Amino acid sequence: MPNYNWPPQGQRRLMGKRLSRLDGIEKASGYAKYASDLNPPNLLHGALLTAPHAHCRVTSIDVSEAKAMQGVTSVRVIAPAGTEIQWRGAEVAAVSATSETIALDALKKIKVQYEVLPHLVKEEDLKKAGPRAKAAGEQLTGDPDQGFKEADVVVEGYYGIPVITHCCLEPHGQVVEWKSDAVNMFPSTQNVTGIGGDLAKALELPATQVRVQMNHIGGGFGSKFVSDRWGIEAAHMSKESGGRPVKLFLDRETELTIAGVRPSCFGKVKLGAKKDGTITTWESDTWATGGHGGGGSPPIPYVFTNIPNQRKAHSAVSINAGGVRAWRAPNHQQACFMTDCALEDLAAKLNMDPLDVFAKNADLTPRPEVYRNQLRQAAELMDWKKKWHPRGQSGSGTLKRGLGVAIHTWQGGGHDSKAICRINPDGTVEVELGSQDLGTGTRTAIAIVAAETLGLPLNAIRVKIGDNQYPPSGASGGSTTIGGVSASTRKASVNSLEKLFAAVAPSLGAQADQLEAVDGRIQVKGQASKNLTWKAACNKLGATSIAEMGENERRNPGSLISAGVGGVQMAEVEVDTETGIVRMIKSVAVQDCGTVVNLKTAESQVYGGCIMSIAAALLEERVMDEQTGRVLNPDMEFYKLSGIGDIGEIVVKMNMEKEYDDRGVIGLGEPAAIGLNAAIGNAVANAIGVRVSNAPFTPDRVLAALEGRTA
Amino acid sequence: MHAFEYANPTTLKDALALLGNRWGDADVLAGGTDILSLMKDEVYVSKRLVNIKNIKELGGISMSRGALRIGAGATLEQLIENAEIRKSFPSLAAAARGVASPQIRNIGTVGGDLCQRPRCWYYRGGNGLLAKGANGRPLVPNGENKYHAIFGHEGGAYFVSPSSLGPALVALDAKIKLASASGTREVEAAKFFVAPASDTARETALLPNEIVTEILVPAGMRNATYEVREKQALDWPLATASVALQMKGNSVASAKVVLGHVAPTPWLAAAAGQALSGKSLSDSTIAEAADAAVQGAKPLSQNKYKVQLARVAVKRALTEIARGRA
Ligand SMILES: Cc1cc2nc3c(=O)[nH]c(=O)nc-3n(C[C@H](O)[C@H](O)[C@H](O)COP(=O)(O)OP(=O)(O)OC[C@H]3O[C@@H](n4cnc5c(N)ncnc54)[C@H](O)[C@@H]3O)c2cc1C
Repeated sequence: MPNYNWPPQGQRRLMGKRLSRLDGIEKASGYAKYASDLNPPNLLHGALLTAPHAHCRVTSIDVSEAKAMQGVTSVRVIAPAGTEIQWRGAEVAAVSATSETIALDALKKIKVQYEVLPHLVKEEDLKKAGPRAKAAGEQLTGDPDQGFKEADVVVEGYYGIPVITHCCLEPHGQVVEWKSDAVNMFPSTQNVTGIGGDLAKALELPATQVRVQMNHIGGGFGSKFVSDRWGIEAAHMSKESGGRPVKLFLDRETELTIAGVRPSCFGKVKLGAKKDGTITTWESDTWATGGHGGGGSPPIPYVFTNIPNQRKAHSAVSINAGGVRAWRAPNHQQACFMTDCALEDLAAKLNMDPLDVFAKNADLTPRPEVYRNQLRQAAELMDWKKKWHPRGQSGSGTLKRGLGVAIHTWQGGGHDSKAICRINPDGTVEVELGSQDLGTGTRTAIAIVAAETLGLPLNAIRVKIGDNQYPPSGASGGSTTIGGVSASTRKASVNSLEKLFAAVAPSLGAQADQLEAVDGRIQVKGQASKNLTWKAACNKLGATSIAEMGENERRNPGSLISAGVGGVQMAEVEVDTETGIVRMIKSVAVQDCGTVVNLKTAESQVYGGCIMSIAAALLEERVMDEQTGRVLNPDMEFYKLSGIGDIGEIVVKMNMEKEYDDRGVIGLGEPAAIGLNAAIGNAVANAIGVRVSNAPFTPDRVLAALEGRTA
Repeated sequence: MHAFEYANPTTLKDALALLGNRWGDADVLAGGTDILSLMKDEVYVSKRLVNIKNIKELGGISMSRGALRIGAGATLEQLIENAEIRKSFPSLAAAARGVASPQIRNIGTVGGDLCQRPRCWYYRGGNGLLAKGANGRPLVPNGENKYHAIFGHEGGAYFVSPSSLGPALVALDAKIKLASASGTREVEAAKFFVAPASDTARETALLPNEIVTEILVPAGMRNATYEVREKQALDWPLATASVALQMKGNSVASAKVVLGHVAPTPWLAAAAGQALSGKSLSDSTIAEAADAAVQGAKPLSQNKYKVQLARVAVKRALTEIARGRA
């Protein structure tokens, strides 16, 4: 078997360097075409009629007038009479027409009658949820009662983190055409290889009949894996319209109402510990919602999984609101918040530096050394020892600074991926795989791995992704892409290179296994003067290209990749105690992701994760109105996201030391977006001397917490 | 969005002739940053939009006879760039700067800022200007009201006046000039803004057949605006204060303190003005004025914090003047 191992760290030319993404200029200049930019000839526009009530039953639906409108090519009933609808915004009917205006006008001509049913759209007050809160059985480890009895100190806190949405800049949707027996789909998806099969199944077509293509996606964050009701209906409408392409993208309101949320989590956490800060006992009573289907159960205690005594109770609350979809590190941000805020409260009660409490309890985590190391590194970058003060001892001025820390983890192994590396006789190289670049830099990472392997410059590699006719590659979820594609690309490139060695060995008077590819040449190891340029070598192939496959098997990953990372994030905030406004001063993120393929885009992932966490900590919240059952802020005005002026300084350090690098490539997108939210909460508490229980830490909450203290 | 007629006159006279006597028959289109969003969302429907961007006489910013004249068509960006405004009317410059989107500032106009409609999420969601539920009961008091009014909502208008220029102009005793086909009139800024008593009423004294042509601001007052914002990127303030002081030596001869984003109109805090009158600015007189400014506030279930924010905004606006920063 060929040796697929990564070259030793010191010998890499491209991997681990800061390289700009290949599609950066294309994107920054607006030339990049997203699915929502596509306007093929003969295009029809699709639109959705959605339910106006949070809970209702369709009693009648009449589409005849809409059908009769000039320019309307198809009308589809999604929720026929009798359908019970569980959230406002749910799809009721769809229309396609020759213009967007006609499509929207046609929606108004659809007559639907609803029987309005009682709804519940808020979950923070568990008492109001009544039977809609379903308790999972209590989970017990060790003896928590005894643990609390023996504890030197016990702290109890209430914490809450609300439902937030994905708020993808490019909303969900696609252009799709269904001509005779074949479907062409141009979706905004995280799942180029898989979505075709998903759509084929819904359309009762063989999977071979659905072609999927996508070059760029404007954000998914876990919410874009399947073809969705709107994709399926758009395909049907295309067919009913003689195969003309139909474009159907959600408008912003619908996007924020039904295209996915991160579940909330609320509840009480009680910790018992020894005087030196060692945690002995955990008790939590939490609840969450992710929509009508209930809510995810966060893995608590988070990271500190080996607390010897634990009692946990969790309820999932079903509400009448758009449902959960995976949101960057599902359940982890909530779990981290519940756990690490409690840890900070423990440190405050013990009058200890939380850094010491986290470090001390690292033994309760699966990676004590990693975390202790990262805590040390992050503290240095934050200048923690100099800046930290005990909780609330932040001077007499109005503006108070504080520091907070949190730690996190994520699995992120590599998904199944097959790649073909094609070496053509003219020296050109193509790497093909049915993957996608979510904006993370996957395209660039693939090119880096192939170029590194073949001894070529980055621009010598043509990366072909975003098409389900290429070899199958997994969906981009769970931070599994970089592992999957870098392993399959590496193997495909090594396999193809071996073929090339075999083809040119005779003309270099050497054995194939004596050859190496270096700096655009194929040369004999140890005798660099015996060489052919890459192009001359490829010319020896005659008329036939080399096209070898490489495969990453999720269950059998080999040495190129690994899973399981740790990270530490710290926040420095400044709270205006007169206005309750929290300003970010600085964030520090130290992150392990094994072998770093591209340092620049790896850091970008972490910057992005931090920025998302800052928005979640300070601004973001889906506001539901119990009276109307409506999302009140399904727009980008009151669904607040942070801008450049809101994020402060962000310092990122990737762990590239040998012991991390040796592990192989591990995914990064999700872990980067976990810890900072809790770290900011902790920093606010450290600054103002009192815990603000609920994120986001907006002025109303901060001022209320301050008043609670002085009252 | 409903189809509408688009008219593009180049003289004020032609524009006025194109307006009607009922809202919705015809409406003024300036930068369009507000009215077009309302029409796209079908919260507002108009049969005809009369573009006023090509009417030269509505533009321009100039000083004459001790007063500043701002053409209603001047953009927010032009306001900020004007040296005279930056020097003598920092209150206005600060208010315009707060609209933290260069795109909106480049196209949004002063007239549009004054006449823009409330951002109350019930109104924008289709529950009407006074935000009533299906049963006719107001939604705001029992609903999500953290951004709503803490003053002046007794008449049933719970939204806050969105204009940041409004409070500054009221404090500065500005006059707003309106023209209609039958003539012109001048309204004090303080009387231009009104709390509507019904869903079909308006938040300003403007009539459907009128156009705001210019704003006249007397010079000579020390002035400042302080805005409390939870987000630096484009967002609405949570509370603001605009103050304008007529000084006599070191003491305040008369003062106007106007709160923004806390009531359905710019909210003149008369007691705060009186508290300052005859006194010099010190930490304690400023604190007294700030306390006086929020006396009588009637916060709703979720917006008590805005009382504190308004108090702080007054304090900080006055402090800017005291420290000579404005
Ligand atoms: C997220 C966000 C945040 C914002 N933050 C702020 C803020 O902090 N402070 C602030 O003040 N604004 C803020 N704005 C609003 C922005 O300033 C206004 O949209 C803009 O000023 C409106 O000007 P325009 O010329 O585009 O008005 P248009 O949209 O053209 O018109 C608005 C209304 O005024 C009427 N109108 C316009 N000009 C005249 C005239 N000369 N005579 C009679 N009627 C007229 C129109 O008929 C219409 O009813 C924000 C907007 C957004 C989207």
